[in-house]
Amino acid sequence: MSSIEVGGKSYETDEEGYLVDLAEWTPEVGSYLAQTEGIEMTEQHWEVINFLREYFEEYQIAPAVRVLTKAIGKKLGADKGTSEYLYGLFPYGPGKQACKIAGLPKPTGCI
Amino acid sequence: MADIAAPAYRIIPIIPALKPGAMEGKGPFVASDKINEAIGFPGHLADDWHDKAIAKMGDLLSKYRSLKVYMDACVHCGACSDKCHYFIGTQDPKNMPVARQDLMRSVYRRYFTLPGKLFPKLVGARDLTKEVLDEWHNYFHQCSECRRCSVFCPYGIDTAEVTMAAREILDSVGYGQKYSLEIIGKVHKIGNNLGLPAAALKDTLEGLEEDVKDATGIDVRFPIDVHGAEVLLITPSADFFAEPHIDSLIGYAKVFHATGTSWTVSSMSSEAGNFGMFIGNYEQLRTIALRIRQAALELGVKRIVVGECGHAWRVAYSFWNTLSGVGDGADPNDRFAQMLQKQLDHRYKQPTHICEFTWDMIQDERLVFDKSLNDKHIITFHDSCNVARGSGMGGYPGGQFDIPRNIIKAVANNFVEMDPSTTHERTFCCGGGGGLLTDDLIDVRVKGALPRMEVLQQVADEHGVNFMACICAICKAQFTKVLPIYGFDRKMIGGVHQLVSNAIKLGVK
Repeated sequence: MSSIEVGGKSYETDEEGYLVDLAEWTPEVGSYLAQTEGIEMTEQHWEVINFLREYFEEYQIAPAVRVLTKAIGKKLGADKGTSEYLYGLFPYGPGKQACKIAGLPKPTGCI
Repeated sequence: MADIAAPAYRIIPIIPALKPGAMEGKGPFVASDKINEAIGFPGHLADDWHDKAIAKMGDLLSKYRSLKVYMDACVHCGACSDKCHYFIGTQDPKNMPVARQDLMRSVYRRYFTLPGKLFPKLVGARDLTKEVLDEWHNYFHQCSECRRCSVFCPYGIDTAEVTMAAREILDSVGYGQKYSLEIIGKVHKIGNNLGLPAAALKDTLEGLEEDVKDATGIDVRFPIDVHGAEVLLITPSADFFAEPHIDSLIGYAKVFHATGTSWTVSSMSSEAGNFGMFIGNYEQLRTIALRIRQAALELGVKRIVVGECGHAWRVAYSFWNTLSGVGDGADPNDRFAQMLQKQLDHRYKQPTHICEFTWDMIQDERLVFDKSLNDKHIITFHDSCNVARGSGMGGYPGGQFDIPRNIIKAVANNFVEMDPSTTHERTFCCGGGGGLLTDDLIDVRVKGALPRMEVLQQVADEHGVNFMACICAICKAQFTKVLPIYGFDRKMIGGVHQLVSNAIKLGVK
């Protein structure tokens, strides 16, 4: 197992840098993980990350891309409720990259 | 990710120059103790792994006579060598199917043949060392079990079965692959590859009902856990989650709606995919398939329809009958299989592929389309390997090639074929099949997509093709990821039922 260090504290991650214990997540850890992905976090990024965490808390999985785009569209306006907008924020796929920053397990399957 | 680049197209698509060792050490992550133990495999390599691996190999050779024939029959003629997309894309000679198989064949000779036992060096026999085991883990995860090479083998050697055997041996000593084994654990625990719990599934389906209502003004239902429905839809869980998969799910729902078919999905059995096949493990294959039987019995359905998933259709078409009693051939003493046999309506093909269902309805003139709604697309069709080479449709040879194409032509005006040396039974794998659709294998996935991308580029240049349809969740996810790396739009890939969804007229009949 690997680990990352943020603010003097060590956090365990898996082979791909996903946080092992999502309860340990803090916004600082999120910012650090975003850096490792080469993403500079803006307010728009945090909107998505916060929604992901809320959804996960309720359903124990990240939302489907469509659910995510719809929720973002409702919150930030229809022009932002598109997968293009999300790919713009998270170029390696909103699902996997945003989940990593949000401290959620990576969704895997035929996706 | 940033350092992954597409290999250059070949000017003349011939055997590439060799790059020995190009893909050494590029294997996938090894499954953790937790992942292994959750599905009954040893947590990790133990001291006695060597003897256990050889014993497992002996067990497989005695159980599967085909494997022994494949070990003995190869004459190294080389007909398969340039047929593999991973060899073409990586140029690593160990990715020639014959050479990849020889990684196992050399060990077979050492332990199971007299000349190999007596004079190993003379017959190219090798001890099973840790280095050899690592080589297996590496290269048997650079095969997508697509069986293209087998089409060209004069002896009919099924290379996929050799890969499956190697993976089964690796799993039996706790040295399997993280991606596939983690997914199998999720199916057993939650009911689908994604780990999508019932509440999330219900929420997603409700959202889709709203979306379709907004888009069409029609109440198209996405029913879940409905007892007494006629059809149980078994579809890859990616259809509930990912883009563009979900657009095909909407297409199936519209077809069921337009034909007045009562249908349901099951929250307990919400996965068509069966990774038990990818790892060559019969027990896992069967346990996963039995969830579908349980759901069918509990819901009392009359038909089982399978969504757009390549390997699921191979499992359903070729193995469900004896595994679970969907279709004829279950053990007469298997009470639940016999119960399901009686319950299902045998006026219909069991199981039915969603393409067969839709095509039947088109032929019966029960669906109406406005083909012009697909006019923005110039469409080609990518045959998925497991459908093309591991199954059938329509009850006649070649039906699996015709029926998806017939549907496309019924719902759209512009259809173009790709180079025939890369379609039908000679189709190339997307590069992500067989348990390779994972980020830790992205390099081999991108390289393996090369032959398909070359011919796609050709029809894009010559005919303006801007949409590649397919009927496989893995193909959809793989191309979404690799198309941009080759300079295409990721939205160029989509399902056949996505095109159906675009053109179907609801509320007409």
